[in-house]
Amino acid sequence: MADEEIILSELDDDELVLQMHDDLYDGLREEIEESVGILLERGWTPYDVLTKALVAGMTIVGADFRDGILFVPEVLLAANAMKGGMAILKPLLISTGAPRVGKMVIGTVKGDIHDIGKNLVAMMMEGAGFEVLDLGINNSVEKYLAALEAEQPDILGMSALLTTTMPYMKVVIDTLVEKGLREDYIVLVGGAPLNEEFGRAIGADAYCRDAAVAVETAKTFVARKHNQLAG
Amino acid sequence: MTDALSRMLASRDWILADGATGTNLFNMGLSSGEAPEMWNIERPDAIRSLYRGAVEAGSDLFLTNSFGGNASRLKLHGAQGQVHELNRIAAALGREIADAAGREVVVAGSVGPTGEIMQPMGSLTHAIAVEMFHEQAEGLKAGGADLLWVETISAPEEYAAAAEAAALAGMPWCGTMSFDTAGRTMMGVTSAQMAAQVDKLPNPPLAFGANCGVGASDLLRTVLGFVAAGAGRPIIAKGNAGIPKYHDGHIHYDGTPALMGEYAVLAHNAGARIIGGCCGTMPEHLRAMRAALEAHPTGPRPTLDEITAALGGFSSASDGTGDTSGDPKRERRGRRG
Repeated sequence: MADEEIILSELDDDELVLQMHDDLYDGLREEIEESVGILLERGWTPYDVLTKALVAGMTIVGADFRDGILFVPEVLLAANAMKGGMAILKPLLISTGAPRVGKMVIGTVKGDIHDIGKNLVAMMMEGAGFEVLDLGINNSVEKYLAALEAEQPDILGMSALLTTTMPYMKVVIDTLVEKGLREDYIVLVGGAPLNEEFGRAIGADAYCRDAAVAVETAKTFVARKHNQLAG
Repeated sequence: MTDALSRMLASRDWILADGATGTNLFNMGLSSGEAPEMWNIERPDAIRSLYRGAVEAGSDLFLTNSFGGNASRLKLHGAQGQVHELNRIAAALGREIADAAGREVVVAGSVGPTGEIMQPMGSLTHAIAVEMFHEQAEGLKAGGADLLWVETISAPEEYAAAAEAAALAGMPWCGTMSFDTAGRTMMGVTSAQMAAQVDKLPNPPLAFGANCGVGASDLLRTVLGFVAAGAGRPIIAKGNAGIPKYHDGHIHYDGTPALMGEYAVLAHNAGARIIGGCCGTMPEHLRAMRAALEAHPTGPRPTLDEITAALGGFSSASDGTGDTSGDPKRERRGRRG
């Protein structure tokens, strides 16, 4: 039925959610926007639309990205489609007081212009239900600290693509330690030249190989943090 | 065949390129976050000694300190108005060292990626990408670079834009991509796809290949991929000296000179004719590579097993060639008309 026309509004809920997973995978933004609207009209809560349709769909995209089946161009298109849906859901999520997964401040370090991987992480984190403040590229330690203070996130994410800029992550972490703030945040690092050992050596909580791993790691650490607070 | 690299390729079996720029400059005191290109003006002696280090270690070709010298990247440092000057000086310093070498040494004007995503996925248009690369190329040309050396590219669109800029500047060029994601570039390009693209360009490069990525083993698998795709042009191999490790405040790559010597011989046997290093490759590595290449006549093409036995395992099970070229493997439910 590859070329058969599908009328989204004629699908039942289960069919429509599966169709949305496909449309996310194919990066069809207009279709996602339309489907989000249909589910809301049918009385779905914004939180259910987010988790069951968008987050679940982006999880499939993330897994295939992690496994080397999808590459950056496809993931960018999928994330763009998801953003279309999120734009509709965001105000509704806030007004309905939906549960929050966690909050992240993310940015590429000073001297580094590369933001492709960082943008992917930000999009996938949003896709997983996190609130994300993206500081963009070329961030000094002062900019990171100011954002941490203003936003009070659970997670600080830092990215670098150059061997000339990756050591700057250590500058930021050392400053956090100096100010007694290091334990307040989960620090995740990523970028092509990095590896797990580097992440450990500079004092990050974890190195994340790609955006999909970043989401999994963030969820694990946030859950652990909440358990500690509860216990 | 009037350019220096073509002459050298015609008379030599292999050419030793250079090693790392960033790693070497760090060892001279460049701090993280600074633009290496500013040193062309601020510390020209350090750049001279970077170039001289490669030449004295036996490199036949070295890259200029201009990797991030395009307007998009220099903008970070408020230096987007200095593109021409920074590139011209990068090349002029190189010319000075090459001409004093006492043998023929090729000055290759390094051109790195813009750091932006091109349309339709991103916002950078072909016209603006060509304009940025062209501006940089004119600076390198004015400084006396023998050719342009486009490197660490991941998108075919950006590779094509750099090719067009080289034509506008009237310069010969070489171009490598970085295969760092499951055997492909970040944008999903396989070695076979790159080989096919190179042949279709209106002004193809003198040589093409791979640089950086995830270590020497992966890079050689990519070279074998070019050969399997029937590449007719000379192949470039510029792999990292192992994997980066962090020690006492600086980055150190774990590949020894002896290992890089083995890598050089394997690269040559795999089919590469221009062989160098990338991140972490210091003059002592280049010396070992030169000695190893001189000591070993061309041998049989290595198998993947021989590569991993000598240099370590691959970062992914496959190099992405030979499968369904990355088409989504999910069963589609159907598509709206």
